[in-house]
Amino acid sequence: MTTPERTPEQATEQMTGQPSGASRDGAGPGDGAGARNSGGARDWLREHSELGVGLLLLALGVLVLTDALTMNVDISQRGPVGPKTVPVVVGIGLLVVAVLLALDVLRGGRGEAEGGEDVDLGEPSDWRTVLLLAGVFLANAVLIGPLGFPISGALLFWGSAYALGSRRHDRDPVIAAVLALLTYIVFDRMLGVPLPGGPLMGVL
Amino acid sequence: MDSLNSLIDGFGTALTPMNLLWAAIGVLLGTAIGVLPGIGPAMAVALLLPVTYGLEPTGAFIMFAGIYYGAMFGGSTTSILLNTPGESAAVVAAIEGNPMAKAGRGAQALAAAAGGHFAGGMIGTILLVALAPTVASLAVDIGAPDYFAIMVLAFIAVTSVLGSSRVRGLASLLIGLTIGMVGLDQMTGQQRLTFGTLQLADGIDVVIVAVGLFAIGEALWVAAHLRRTSGEAIPVGRPWLGKKDIRRTWRPWLRGPLIGFPFGAIPAGGAEIPTFLSYVTEKRLSKHKDEFGKGAIEGVAGPESAASASAAGTLVSMLTLGLPTTAVAAVMLAAFQQYGIQPGPLLFEREPELVWGLIASLFIGMLLLLALNLPLAPVWAKLLRIPRPYLYAGILFFAAVGAYAVGGEALDLVILLIIGLIGFGMRRYGLPVLPAVIGVILGPAAEQQLRRALQISDGSVTGLVNTPFSVTVYAVIVLLLAWPGVRKLIARGRGRGGDGDGGNESGGDRDGDRREVTA
Repeated sequence: MTTPERTPEQATEQMTGQPSGASRDGAGPGDGAGARNSGGARDWLREHSELGVGLLLLALGVLVLTDALTMNVDISQRGPVGPKTVPVVVGIGLLVVAVLLALDVLRGGRGEAEGGEDVDLGEPSDWRTVLLLAGVFLANAVLIGPLGFPISGALLFWGSAYALGSRRHDRDPVIAAVLALLTYIVFDRMLGVPLPGGPLMGVL
Repeated sequence: MDSLNSLIDGFGTALTPMNLLWAAIGVLLGTAIGVLPGIGPAMAVALLLPVTYGLEPTGAFIMFAGIYYGAMFGGSTTSILLNTPGESAAVVAAIEGNPMAKAGRGAQALAAAAGGHFAGGMIGTILLVALAPTVASLAVDIGAPDYFAIMVLAFIAVTSVLGSSRVRGLASLLIGLTIGMVGLDQMTGQQRLTFGTLQLADGIDVVIVAVGLFAIGEALWVAAHLRRTSGEAIPVGRPWLGKKDIRRTWRPWLRGPLIGFPFGAIPAGGAEIPTFLSYVTEKRLSKHKDEFGKGAIEGVAGPESAASASAAGTLVSMLTLGLPTTAVAAVMLAAFQQYGIQPGPLLFEREPELVWGLIASLFIGMLLLLALNLPLAPVWAKLLRIPRPYLYAGILFFAAVGAYAVGGEALDLVILLIIGLIGFGMRRYGLPVLPAVIGVILGPAAEQQLRRALQISDGSVTGLVNTPFSVTVYAVIVLLLAWPGVRKLIARGRGRGGDGDGGNESGGDRDGDRREVTA
């Protein structure tokens, strides 16, 4: 099964609204072969991008092991098992799993991308939206101190809705402002969970 | 009957006006959340964890329990009216429920589901009352090696029973254990994975991990693949059942819990397997076999009843052993930890008011659900029309509120985003989220019990297996590791049962099984 042949299947998937995992899974290994035939190393990498997960696990394992082995424990050791043991076990576990995962991927195994009610796996990943959302979220982290939650929270909601494709410039900011203010009142004033009021709440 | 008396006391706790209010809020919120696409019960409870900072424990858990049951009911509404099950437990409801709705029998499908949830929840909770104190008293003398064995069981169960790939489950668990190690070692005060920073010395709060993996990860993942044309929900009137329908549904309602409850109590993957088994059973027993796949009401009633009963079963192992078998139970366990309460055999002795109040509120919640949901069904159906940008912007918004509420630090928001991105990557590459969450929640406790056990035995490994209880648990673990063979047999039966409606069976971990069937 080569890549172009998948298109009609995807079309039916979209029509029924059901990403049928079986068809995608069946196409997986065949795709790899097709890509190799066309000789593109980049295609091969894209097909096996899951190897990156193995690399990350490997890096994490090295990090955990380094941290554990550089620990200076002789002062604090109590009992036969000190604070080192479990990190060493987890670190080795990470290394082993990284290798096993890589082997599984090279043998044609694939992690099944998670489906969902609003998830359309027929489309490629929309990185722009994800980056925008991450940016908006970080902005909130920076602004929550100086501006206070009512303002930064409203910006977070409005910005996220914008990133996700909402363009109702009359409605979006109003909803965002009301939501942020209500949340502030419920949490800060009623539940006793403090949120920063910022200059706005200083004025009111 | 000791537990009956305790239960009556529990009703005394649950029926105070404030607790009734929390139960009602929980049930309403849970249903709304279950109906809303994209928010599962685990995410809902995770997003609501911050309220534990301002609420006393009994009220909080009564609300959480209401959310758990409510979300199950709401999830089947989405399945039936939209044919896009978001949770594995609701997949089966779509197979028969959606054709019913298309044929103009949506009201009956919703009523059969509601009745199933009520029957399953009631019977399941009665079994919980009957069983939990016994299990707790049997387990009351267990020590460090036993606790460690139980936690190993939880780790093995979530990695090898759930999902399709053990390697990926294990990878997820190890990520969780690593996150759980960050901070000061609880026994010696040694800094681990803090890189010398003060903020990380306190460790990463469980709330931030749960919200990051469940809420931020999910919102970002959906954002990357947002369906631009959402399915149209089928409009529906007030649910009701005619005499003929009741004659067809009452037996499945009663049979469902027999399948659902035991599967919920053991760590076997929550409601997915029992709902499917119930579906197959009903199909086999039905006099209307020809209707299956085209909208047989038995196929809605039985599985929905099994789903709710399995939720009650989950609570047995969660409350008596501190062993979470589903994502919701894991997050509820995190909530217990926020209050400094350790669920386990001693919970029934130490916190009788809390436990029995919680159990009594389950009965009350079930009644509220039935009373509210039948008349409100058309309103819930309208929730399906919420613009998706608002929905996911709202999830991000409340996730930020929750993470900030933990410690009032902006840095927590950055950590939250990082964990959310990890959650995004895990969804992209099919690493299940649940093992990571269980690893974070149980990891530190497991390490402590391990070290305590080995301290008692002076380093000898036999100290881990010197009690009958721990030996039993390790035997169960061996059985679990042999489980894939059994699962294959079930998958074969499942493949046959699902033949007529293969197109309706969506979702992840069935693929491996299907390949085998077709091969």
